[in-house]
Amino acid sequence: MGTVVRADATGVLETAATRRSPLERLDGRVRIVAAAAFALVVVALPDFAALIVALAAAAGVMLAARLPVLRTLRRVVAMDTFIVFMIALLPFTVPGDPLFSVFGFPASREGLAEGARIALVANAVVLMAMGLLASFEPVGFGRALAGLGAPERLVHLLLFVVRYIDVLEQEQQRLRRAMRARCFRPATSRHTWISIGHLVGMMLIRALERSERILKAMKCRGFTDRLHLDAPPRLGRTDLVFASCFAGLLFGLVLWEVVRAAGH
Amino acid sequence: MHIVDGALSMPVLVAGSAIAVAGIGIGLKQMPIEKIPAAGVLSATFFVASLVHVPIGPSSVHLIVNGLAGLVLGWAAFPALFVALLLQAVFFGFGGLTVLGVNTVDIALPAVAVHYLCRPGIVRGSPQVAAIWGAIGGALAIALTTVCVGVALAFSGEGFVAAAKLVFVAHLPVMAIEGVLSGAAIHLARRVKPELFEAFSPRPQGA
Repeated sequence: MGTVVRADATGVLETAATRRSPLERLDGRVRIVAAAAFALVVVALPDFAALIVALAAAAGVMLAARLPVLRTLRRVVAMDTFIVFMIALLPFTVPGDPLFSVFGFPASREGLAEGARIALVANAVVLMAMGLLASFEPVGFGRALAGLGAPERLVHLLLFVVRYIDVLEQEQQRLRRAMRARCFRPATSRHTWISIGHLVGMMLIRALERSERILKAMKCRGFTDRLHLDAPPRLGRTDLVFASCFAGLLFGLVLWEVVRAAGH
Repeated sequence: MHIVDGALSMPVLVAGSAIAVAGIGIGLKQMPIEKIPAAGVLSATFFVASLVHVPIGPSSVHLIVNGLAGLVLGWAAFPALFVALLLQAVFFGFGGLTVLGVNTVDIALPAVAVHYLCRPGIVRGSPQVAAIWGAIGGALAIALTTVCVGVALAFSGEGFVAAAKLVFVAHLPVMAIEGVLSGAAIHLARRVKPELFEAFSPRPQGA
């Protein structure tokens, strides 16, 4: 029993998106804003046809990003199995026309539709997020957030987290190896919980001590309560073209919804 | 225990985001720039800890340890856990984008509550007493998180009330695990490095 993260040579956050993609030259700020705007619009769409278009667009962007297909799908499936229990209850708890029944409990058409809508929205947003964001280099993601006006200290916090996740993950593996060497085997037992509690406690203690060393090293190099972020680059033509196309797509989805609502 | 995009109603999303922004603001205010290394490395630790899986019967659950995060970080748990959720959403496609605020509140608000309720017992008592408070904090944080998730779901639609109750019941074993685990972690930290609980207290005591 290890972690859910496969020990890729690239680390916990690093995506192995080495294949060239037409999206990789896109400015980070454009990608973040596009993904956020897409999520906001899709969450507000009640219509199935519009949602299917959104899902198709998300799948298209994901393909254009040329992410490793199998790994990406595995993550989407993981999310779907996660939400399925919540959705599966809806037909039985939302009142409406009974469509069929399971063990005598009637399932309503309205509940089924609501469950299907949630599944479509969640999948569309996650595919688009993967397509636009998962290929980020973590530090670039922090810089792009700063370029969008995120609080400076929050960005520095994020950069520190990004930097030290891999370091601490390796530390965790080292401690786990030491436990295994002493014949520790995880089981459903109090002993396991206490041992893992000690593991987490030890990691926290070492983390605090490590941060003290980091601060000393920073001070040694002239740190005087200021951290710096470089200015974001100017937006290029690719960015503007992509942003306009994307805005067009979102505007189209909203317009569709408005027209449909007016028609009713 | 993340909620995905699409399940919550607009008012819940807006309210969740507003509370999250306020909490992150308070947390950042208590985090001067020279505390950033400590906050960053500890946040990374909580991120890594949340990837640890604990077996439970034939299955396994991943840790949340938001109780420990609250006990160590106080209000700084808000920005710390937000960053963790943001990184998970962006790099793992886990959780969602519009629900980021709600998910942050669901996890960080219980952390802050545990900070106020249980930290005094951890700082003052003997390591054994501290362990008990730590266990209470660890279990309470999970319980409160499921309540927050339930409230967010229930306000979004009557149909979710059953799912919200199911979430609470399904997490009873997780509460037991996180309780015992947090107690053990606190017991160790109190004996080895009690400064851990002073790193982010608003009033540095004797330091």
